[in-house]
Amino acid sequence: MTYSVTEPSDRQKWIAGFLVIGYALITLMPLLWIIATGFKSPADAIAYPPKVLFEPTLEGYVNLFTTRTRVTEETLASLGEPTTWYDRIVRQYDMIIAGPSRYGERFLNSVIIGFGSTFLSVFLGTIAAYAFSRFRVPLKDDLLFFILSTRMMPPIAVAIPIFLMFRQLGLNDTHAGMILLYTAVNLSLSVWLIHGFIEEIPIEYEEAALIDGYTRFQAFYKVVLPQAATGIASTAIFCLIFAWNEYAFAVLLTSGTAQTAPPFIPTIIGVGGQDWPAVAAGATIFLVPVMVFTILLRKHLLRGITFGAVRK
Amino acid sequence: MAQIIVQNVRKEFGAFTAVQSSSFTIEDGEFFMLLGPSGCGKTTTLRMIAGLELPTSGEIIIDGEEVSQKPASKRDIAFVFQMFALYPHMNVRKNISYPLISQGMPKAEVKKKVEEVAQILGIEKILNRPVGGLSGGDRQRVALGRAIVRDPKCFLMDEPLGALDAEFREHMSEELRALHDRMRATTIYVTHDQLEAMQMGDKIVVMNHGVVEQFGVPQDIYDWPATMFVADFIGSPSMNFLRFHGMVGGGQDAVELNGSRIAVPVSRDGAKGDLALGIRPEHIRLSDASGYRGEVLATEYLGTNQVITINTANGDIKARVPSTQSVQVGEKVGLEFDPRAVTLFDTESGRALLSEANERVLSHG
Ligand SMILES: Nc1ncnc2c1ncn2[C@@H]1O[C@H](COP(=O)(O)OP(=O)(O)OP(=O)(O)O)[C@@H](O)[C@H]1O
Ligand SMILES: [Mg+2]
Repeated sequence: MTYSVTEPSDRQKWIAGFLVIGYALITLMPLLWIIATGFKSPADAIAYPPKVLFEPTLEGYVNLFTTRTRVTEETLASLGEPTTWYDRIVRQYDMIIAGPSRYGERFLNSVIIGFGSTFLSVFLGTIAAYAFSRFRVPLKDDLLFFILSTRMMPPIAVAIPIFLMFRQLGLNDTHAGMILLYTAVNLSLSVWLIHGFIEEIPIEYEEAALIDGYTRFQAFYKVVLPQAATGIASTAIFCLIFAWNEYAFAVLLTSGTAQTAPPFIPTIIGVGGQDWPAVAAGATIFLVPVMVFTILLRKHLLRGITFGAVRK
Repeated sequence: MAQIIVQNVRKEFGAFTAVQSSSFTIEDGEFFMLLGPSGCGKTTTLRMIAGLELPTSGEIIIDGEEVSQKPASKRDIAFVFQMFALYPHMNVRKNISYPLISQGMPKAEVKKKVEEVAQILGIEKILNRPVGGLSGGDRQRVALGRAIVRDPKCFLMDEPLGALDAEFREHMSEELRALHDRMRATTIYVTHDQLEAMQMGDKIVVMNHGVVEQFGVPQDIYDWPATMFVADFIGSPSMNFLRFHGMVGGGQDAVELNGSRIAVPVSRDGAKGDLALGIRPEHIRLSDASGYRGEVLATEYLGTNQVITINTANGDIKARVPSTQSVQVGEKVGLEFDPRAVTLFDTESGRALLSEANERVLSHG
């Protein structure tokens, strides 16, 4: 990498600033549109020309979290005045809330499966990478290549065998099944990434700890792990993003108890007309955990993604 | 503190033998130098003593106990790494106290010990600094602090000054030696710098290609090398070899070089074939009286001394003579070799022939 010795001029800074902000706006536009749509009424959402200014409403969010039934006017009248703000929104459409929707459960499934598989991938990846890096593993290079090769086929190519395997093993539509599957897919990424990070930690640190009277496990835990934290954190983010957003396997392998949010969100459309605000609300909420996770680890992520350049 | 005995220790990495059956003894309190060129197995030997590498065969006895198959953590030794290996996520104080914490020493005592050590090394002021921003010398001192804080049986140092620049090396090597003289701790010090080894060591073991070539006090190794490798590796310029074909018998006190008779110490060995007469540059005098002659190829002025390269019938040699002596390039000069300082070598095996002069040094092994 080379660095310019001269400070950029003010004009260059302005141009650079405009470019960066312009690019950010372009890439953020769809995201902002989705977030905005979540707060529109169904009519505003499909208005043409599209509405940039609109009256915000929580209708989308109410629809997302509830199931509603249409009732006759007499029934409605017999219920008396709506008691809550969400009742009031629903009543405008001659409907009442029949119960909670399944979004909450699906979201929770996503959390369990996403974080569960991320934890497992990173945990297994770390110990495997440590072993590959520090011990004389027979056929090490072949094994590492083999692990990487599990990534070479598009996942969908193995979807049918996996579907059959899962059915045989009774893993269809179970949390354990999805966690296992996502862990298996992510493991190659995590082994390779973390292996790279651990390789960069000089072995002398552990040897110093061994000589200072610590066991190998203590040396690993107290000396290697803190230094690999950066790499492990960025790997965890990559793993989570994959598991969180994964759609194809989720559609194929889950339908009820273990269904994650991605295959569920489109099904919202079908209930009571094309309810775009509810879909957008679902997508918006769905974004939050990954964003929070990434922001929490962003200090590590920035350092980790430069792959060691800033370390030491 | 302890005596360390290395006995027939051998290390193989797969088909490659890094260290071949090596034996030497480090006496209690000695500053012991492990010297040799790059790749000769110094680090491997040191790591076997430390327990970071297990020998393929052989015994390592520290303080009377056979430890060759014990893990490093059970040997009670300290190791100073070439790159110091200070824990980067801890500050100086934590780095130094780390070996004590593993022993479960109470906090107050750890604090006291660390401060004691910091005072010995003159690093009290940086105790609370992170190790990241320290200068090379301070890192070195912290690494030493981590080693001495625990009063281990011995210190092992793998080129501990290798990461410092030349000027500072000298300063640190004096500091190290002074520290050793104060603590009298058994120390094994690895270096590939023969000058450093000669200056600092009480004893030196010279290794080459995984073989211990010689082991003894610096003066003996310099004066009476056991092999041509040692003769060549130690000293600058190194020992001259005048190669000749001939025969030496026990009791013989001279050899014939290109028709001239050269006196040598009374031989105790017999040998025949390709031989070499080894003589250090400072033991060569220019003398018109001598019948053995050569032509001056070059002179190199070094203050009080000058080093003269001379072409002889037995190869080019270097002589170190006073600068006051005037020598011209191209001039033919007579050469006189100090007969008390000559070593004869069998060039095939590379080994020195025993003589009256070197038998005291070489016959013990
Ligand atoms: N773990 C290992 N596996 C295979 N070969 C090794 C291993 N460690 C060292 N060697 C080989 O053993 C030989 C001796 O290595 P060693 O590190 O002991 O040399 P050294 O004398 O310390 O050299 P240097 O001055 O370069 O540090 C070298 O040829 C090296 O390549
Ligand atoms: Mg070495």
